[in-house]
Order: sequence, then structure tokens, then C-alpha cells
Amino acid sequence: MKVIKIDKKNWAEGLERSSRTYRLFGPLEQDGFHVFKALGDGELPNLDVQNTRLSPRSVVYPQSEKMFEFTLDEKQEDHHILKEVSKDYSPRAVIGIRPCDAKAFLLVKRNFETPEYKDPYWLKSYEATTLVGHACSGPCSTCFCTTAGCGPFYEEGLDILLVDVENYFLAKILTEKGERFIVAAGWEIEIDLPLIDQADTMKAAAEAKITTRVSTDRLRDKNTTDLFEASFWEDVAFSCINCGTCTYVCPTCWCFDIQDETYGLSGIRMRNWDSCMYSLFTLHGSGHNPRDAKVQRVRQRFMHKLKYYVDRYDNGIQCVGCGRCVRFCPVNIDIRRVCDLMNSFES
Amino acid sequence: MQNPYLPYPVRIEAIITETEDKNLKTFKLVFLNPDDEDKFSYNAGQFAELSIAGKGEIPIGIASSPTEKGFIMFTVNKVGLVTSHLHNMKPGDIMGVRGPLGNWYPWDIMEGKNVVIIGGGFAFTTLRSSIIYMLDPANRPKFKDIHVIYGARTPGMLLYKDELAEWEKRDDIHMHITVDATDDPNWKYNVGFVPTITDRKAPPGNADTYAIVCGPPIMIKFTQPVLDKLDYAHDHIIMSLEMRMKCGIGICGRCNIGKEYVCKDGPVFTLDQLNNMPKEY
Repeated sequence: MKVIKIDKKNWAEGLERSSRTYRLFGPLEQDGFHVFKALGDGELPNLDVQNTRLSPRSVVYPQSEKMFEFTLDEKQEDHHILKEVSKDYSPRAVIGIRPCDAKAFLLVKRNFETPEYKDPYWLKSYEATTLVGHACSGPCSTCFCTTAGCGPFYEEGLDILLVDVENYFLAKILTEKGERFIVAAGWEIEIDLPLIDQADTMKAAAEAKITTRVSTDRLRDKNTTDLFEASFWEDVAFSCINCGTCTYVCPTCWCFDIQDETYGLSGIRMRNWDSCMYSLFTLHGSGHNPRDAKVQRVRQRFMHKLKYYVDRYDNGIQCVGCGRCVRFCPVNIDIRRVCDLMNSFES
Repeated sequence: MQNPYLPYPVRIEAIITETEDKNLKTFKLVFLNPDDEDKFSYNAGQFAELSIAGKGEIPIGIASSPTEKGFIMFTVNKVGLVTSHLHNMKPGDIMGVRGPLGNWYPWDIMEGKNVVIIGGGFAFTTLRSSIIYMLDPANRPKFKDIHVIYGARTPGMLLYKDELAEWEKRDDIHMHITVDATDDPNWKYNVGFVPTITDRKAPPGNADTYAIVCGPPIMIKFTQPVLDKLDYAHDHIIMSLEMRMKCGIGICGRCNIGKEYVCKDGPVFTLDQLNNMPKEY
């Protein structure tokens, strides 16, 4: 691993140079809040935001994505046959992604890349993406990353980690992808040992600021059906209005729907983010619905993240502790509390 | 990278109306590209996504048998947007098929064993596939006694009536066809619900006997106590589940029961497995 320092005076210039090779994305203000968007010419990512309301997952996995196209015109030889669409998988870089959101891509990857099936859209986008992370020196009060398998300076999942140290960014180059980005940006390779010490001190200070925690150590050993039938689910779900905000803001939610759309004689098959909070998600054609009631859907969301995922992959929970669902839930349902209920459950 | 969402183009070769209420039709499909038929190599019990451009996809059990070549076959109940559109399509029309998907009945485990097929209503499609597969001269010696208990509401609601009549004539398969009720004076088979006929006709359970049960929830609910009474071990009772699905490959997230995805880890589970999964289906 190489560590370099980037003088902030050279920051804009380097990004400008890298934009010749990469499509750049970063936090930009939109309607009073920040979201990850493509940077326009000369536009700089705002690295002062604590974190964006929406996670950057849409850079790899768009909310709506065209999969195939077709014609219904029977005069055309290939009518009613689905054809692949061309897509832009040229290099892109996300500047200023938080370590938790980068780690989230690794969790989600286990779903999109399996031994049997590989999702080409997600994987090609992910492969094309370089993640230039920004360490959190001032975490939010809702962050619980340090006990959710992650941390404010966490490196796994990132290609570069930037630490903001006064007039410099200390850049830890973590992967070959990261190295290629630094070369494209043309920043000078200059190492400064005192700066590394300072970054380590900052890391310890940031971790100490994260005071809310979850316990996950006993989830793996719980009996699934006992947990499923636990009496606390009614209580947890009582105030839920099934708005779906938690799934929408979550960096680790991946569920999608597939829909056809036609205009005249041409059409597309597309996929859209979907949510387990909606009853249509599981409604059978017959009218039967295995998750008809709100409590079943709320239970599904938490059981999926904190039990089914844990059991299926044996690699921790499907949560990075970013705290978005805690902050934006309109009725204050708190995954930290639910996690503790589950972890301490005795049948 | 192979795109698992891309359907193989197929042509509808024939459409057969199966039931007197005309709500069930069988679609015989032929691959436009002959190579695709080889890629679509399947086992009895698997399903596929039928794709209609502009309407969407539906997961449907494969009713043809791997031993039948040159076509694949699906029997579809008319319930929603895609199935209603499909029911109005004509031979010659172009659509798509994606698959084969899911697991299948455990043919390797059932080799050398007795097989009891218990089906009700229109859940008989992959069971037809299974029967054709087992009766194939190359496969029949691999199985001991084969029993089929198949019921519908009325004689006119039975699927594959011609084949049922053919199987009745054979001596290497024990057919127990039944209807809930009928006023047809010429009806020469059983009258009674599937659980009742199972109680009367099914062989007793033992280590060498497997039951494959597919049908509406009410039939399954009342058949299970009968199989318990007959001493079928729960790992010898095999079932196939249905769920709303989209991707069919365990990625889109909606068809799970606990950590299992019905589309990829199922749709076939033993009762023993289901006993240890959340009751959410």
C-alpha cells in the first residue's frame, strides 16, 4: 500500500485531469440536500457533507435501468425478441464516498455474483467503478459502523482512502484501481511520515466518537423459526407505515422489480428498485400473499439483514451502520434496537 | 459474461385448451435457434420464466419431460396480466423462455425406490413431466412401483385427459384418478377428495417409498395427516412451492422463505426441510 499526500491546491486540477479518463461522481447539493451525482465540467464534489441522504448505490445500480429493448412491429424480422442494449461501462470514479457506503458494495456483491449466476449489469458497473473514499472525522450521532463490521476510516471496499489533514489529503492507495486513478489525476507521489501519524491519531479519535453500538455476536446461533415467531415483532412493527424510506436510503438493500414498458410499437424491459415494505412485492397472481400484513414485511426486512444474510453467507450482518434508516424513518424505528432485541432473544 | 435475464426466443407451435372452464391452456413452444434447445437442458420439476415482450415474465413449471425432444411445454392458468395475454396468443406468435430454473425432484435419490405422485387441480404440470420421464423405456427400470393419485373438481377439470387414459391402460403404473364430484354416469374412476383417495390407495410409507405432493394448499393440508398415518417420513415427502418471482435466479429478493430463495434453492423442498423454515408461504 502506498500513502501519498495531495496538496489541496492541486486537488481541483487533479480531478480535472482524471475526468479525461473517468466519469466522476460526488456529493452535490440538490434541493437543499446532498446526493451523489455526475460532476459537470469543473464541478467539485462537496467533501464537507457528513453523509448524503441517499447512499451512492445508484452510481453502480441505478434506480431504474434498461435491460433489453424490443419491437412489437410484426413487419420487423426480430419482432417480439428481446435484445441487449448498449451501455456505458467506461471507467467512473466516485469521489468522497464514505467508507461505510463502499463496504456496502462488498456486501451487496455477494447477492449479484454467485457461483451459479452473475448479474452482468451490476457487476460490469461495479468493475468499472473506482471508489475514492473520504474518512469520517466527525461521524453522525446515528452512526454505528464500528460495531457493524466497518468504521469511519475503514478501508476494505475502497480503492483509495482520503484523510483530510489540514491543507492536505493523505491518500492511502489500497488497490490497483486506486493506483490507476492517482496516475490519471497526476498527483505527485510524495510521502510524509508525520502526516501518517497524524491520520492515525485522527482515526482513533473518530472511532472514539462513535458511541452507539449494536451486538451481533449471537445472531448466527439463534434458531431461525424461533426468532421468526418472536413476540416482539408486533411491537417493532406497530408504528411502521410501510413507507419504504428505510429500503430506499439503505446502501445494502438490493431488491428489484422487472417491468416492461412500451411506447407505440417499441418497448423496453427495465428493472427498478423495489422494496419488501410493499405488499405488491410478494402478491401472487392468485391473490394469495405470504407477506400480506405489515408485521410480516417489517419482520422480513430485519430478519433478512440480521439473520438470513448472516446465515446464508456467514460473513456478518447485511448492514454497515450508516444510520440512514435510523435518521430518516418517520416513525423512529431503530435498527439498533431491533438488532439488540434479536441478539438477546431467548425463546 | 452470459446474461441470465435474456430469454431464448421461441415460437408457439400449438395451444391446447385443457379444462372445461377454458382457464387452463397448454402451450407447446419451439426454439427459434435450435442451439438454444441444447442449452435449455432440464430435469423434471424445474420451471422457467415465460417472457412476453411488452407484458413481462411469469414463472411456470415445465410440463414437458426431458425425454421429449423438439419442443417444451407449459400449462398456464389464466390469472393475471401476462397469463391473460398469453391465453389470447395464437400459434405462430413469438415469445421468450428463460431457464431452466430452480432445482428438481430428487431423481438420483429416488432411483430404485417406489414413487407415489399425489397431485390436485392444475398443479399437475411438473408431475406430468415426471411421469413421462419415469415411463420412458430408458428410465422405467430405474424405479420400482409408481403410483399416481390425481384429483380435480370435475372430470372436465383434469389436465392431460388423453394421457391419463393411456396410463390407465398400462400395467407398469398404478393410476388413481379421482374427482371431487360428478354426475357423469360413464365416469369409471374414483370419486372423493385427494386425501381420501390417498388414504385408500397409497402404499404405506417406508424407507423405499417417496411421495411427491403438489396441489392447492387445502389439499396439502389434509393430505399430510394421511401420509403421517401411512408412516411416510418427512424427508420422504417432497413438495414444490410457488411464489411471486421476477428474476428467477435468487437475486431480486422477493421469493425467500427464511434464507432460502424458492426460485433458486427450491422450488422443490422436502417436508422435513419445510418444517425447519419459517411458515411464510
